[in-house]
Amino acid sequence: MSSEPGRPEPVISLRGVRAELGSRPVLRGIDLTVGHGEVVALLGANGSGKSTAIRTVIGQVPVSAGEIELFGVPRRRFDDWRRVGYVPQRTTAAGGVPATITEVVASGRLSRARFGMLRKADHVAVQRAIALVGLADRAKDSVNALSGGQHQRVLIARALAAEPELLIMDEPMAGVDLASQEVLARTLREQVAAGTTVLLVLHELGPLEPLIDRAVVLRDGCVTHDGPPPKAVGQHALPGHDHVHPHAAHDAEPIRTGLLS
Amino acid sequence: MEFLDYAFMQRALLAAVLVGITAPAIGIYLVQRRQALMGDGIGHVAMTGVGLGFLLNTSPVWMATGVAVIGAVMMELIRWYGKTRGDIALAMLFYGGMAGGVMFINLAPTGSNANLTSYLFGSLSTVSESDVTAICVLAAFVVLVTIGLRRQLFAVSQDEEFARVTGLPVRVLNLLTAITAAITVTVAMRVVGLLLVSALMVVPVAAAQQLTRSFAATFAVAVAIGVSVTIGGTVTSYYQDVPPGATIVLLTIGAFVALTALATPVARRRARAAAAAQTAGDPAECVIPASREAAGKAGV
Repeated sequence: MSSEPGRPEPVISLRGVRAELGSRPVLRGIDLTVGHGEVVALLGANGSGKSTAIRTVIGQVPVSAGEIELFGVPRRRFDDWRRVGYVPQRTTAAGGVPATITEVVASGRLSRARFGMLRKADHVAVQRAIALVGLADRAKDSVNALSGGQHQRVLIARALAAEPELLIMDEPMAGVDLASQEVLARTLREQVAAGTTVLLVLHELGPLEPLIDRAVVLRDGCVTHDGPPPKAVGQHALPGHDHVHPHAAHDAEPIRTGLLS
Repeated sequence: MEFLDYAFMQRALLAAVLVGITAPAIGIYLVQRRQALMGDGIGHVAMTGVGLGFLLNTSPVWMATGVAVIGAVMMELIRWYGKTRGDIALAMLFYGGMAGGVMFINLAPTGSNANLTSYLFGSLSTVSESDVTAICVLAAFVVLVTIGLRRQLFAVSQDEEFARVTGLPVRVLNLLTAITAAITVTVAMRVVGLLLVSALMVVPVAAAQQLTRSFAATFAVAVAIGVSVTIGGTVTSYYQDVPPGATIVLLTIGAFVALTALATPVARRRARAAAAAQTAGDPAECVIPASREAAGKAGV
C-alpha cells in the first residue's frame, strides 16, 4: 500500500458521491471520511440513503459521480478484500439448504483462502470468530435453528473470520434481542480496542453508543451532520424512531439530551 | 443379478449411477440459492438442441449440451441485467426452447415426435456406446466443479452479496453454476428425460435435508439417495417393464416422503437433547409443577 508512515490515508473516503436507484437520486453528493481506528455511525431515517452509501463503498451500488477510496486505493482498483469484513442487512443467515454455523462462518475466510484449500490457520480463525460472538458451543448446529439475534451474530462472525482491518455493517442491531445486542456490543468493543476501523449503519445508537467516535447523519441523500454522536434521546434526533435504551451500561457516558441541528 | 449380463443394462446402469451422482450434486446449489426450478427451464431449452441434432444429423446429446449451455448462460444474463420483467423473459426462453424442439424435429427427415419422446421421458435401454462416453465426460466435469469448488459455490449460493465483498469472482461462479446445471440436464436426459430431470436435482436434496443439519451431510445424503433411486429404478424397470425415468422419479418422491416421516421423531429427539444440554438449573421448557402433574395423571 502507498501509505506514508505517520500520516496514513483514511480507510474510507467518499467525495461528492452521487448514486441513483432506478431514476430516483438516493445519494446527492455526500462526503464521508473514516480514519484508522475510528468508529463511525451512519444515521438517518428510512430512505435517507444510509444503506446505499455503505453499498457504494463495497461496490454493490454503482456511483454516478464522485470518488470513493478504500485504504487510499480507488474503489474500482481495490482488490484487497481480506482487509474488509462486511455484514449485510439480513434477517437470516440461512439459505435454501441446511448449513452449520461453522460452514457459514468459514465462507468469510474465502477472502483470504480464495480458491486454495482451507489450512489449519483458517479453521482456527473460523472457530475464533465463532467464539467471539459467543456461539462456540453451537458451532456444529444448523443456522436454521437459531434465533434472530443469533443469526446476526453468525453474520458478524462470518465478517470477522477474515480478521479484517475494516468492518462495514448494515444495521447489525436490527431485530436483535437484548442478550445478543450485549454480545455484539462486547464483540465490537474488543475489535475496536484491537484497532479495527468500523463504519456501521444504525437506526439508533443503543448499546453501541459508548463506542461511537463520530456520527454522520443523512437526510434525503445529503449529509446533515458530521461530528460527535447526537446524545439526544427521543424523536428529535432521528425522526420517526423511538430511541430505546434498554439498559444502562455502567461504563456508558451519561445520557445528555440535546437537539441535533 | 442376471441383468448385469446384458451390455445394454451395463450401459444403462452406468448412465443411471452417473445421473444419480451429478443431478443432486449441482441441484443442491440451485436449491440453496432458491432456484430449484432452473433445471426444469434448462430442460425445456435443451429440447431445441435435441431437435437441431436430428435436423443437422449430429449427436443430439452434444447438440442439446451446446444449446442448454447457451440457454443457461442467457438465463444468468437475464438475472443480472433483467429489470422488472425477468420472469417474462425466462418464460419466453423456456417455451421458445420447447417449441423450437418440436419444430426442428418435425423438419428433420429422420425425426418424429416419437424420437422426441425418448428424450422427453428418457430411454435408458437405447443408451448407446457413444452416449455413455459423452455422459462419462460430462459427468466428470460436473463432479469436478461441484466438489472442487464447493466452498466457493456454497458462499455464492448462500449470500451472493457477501460473496462479492470477499472478492470472489461471483459472476464467473454464477455462470459456471448455470453451465454445470445445463450439462447435468443433458447427462440426465437419456436416463430420466428432459421433463423429469429437475426432479432428480431437487427432490433428493429436499429429502436429505429432512435429516441433516450441515451442508456437507446434505450433499452426501442427497447423492446417496440419487444413486440409490437411479439404480433401484433402472433394475425395477428391467424386471417390471415400466418406464425407468418415471420409476426413478416416483422412487425419489417416495424417499422424500419416507424420510420426512422418519425425520419427525429424530427432530423431536434432537430438540430434547438440546434442552437437556442446557444448564441443569435452568429448564428450557415450561415445567408443570410436580404436584399438578400428578394430579392431572390421577384425573385421567
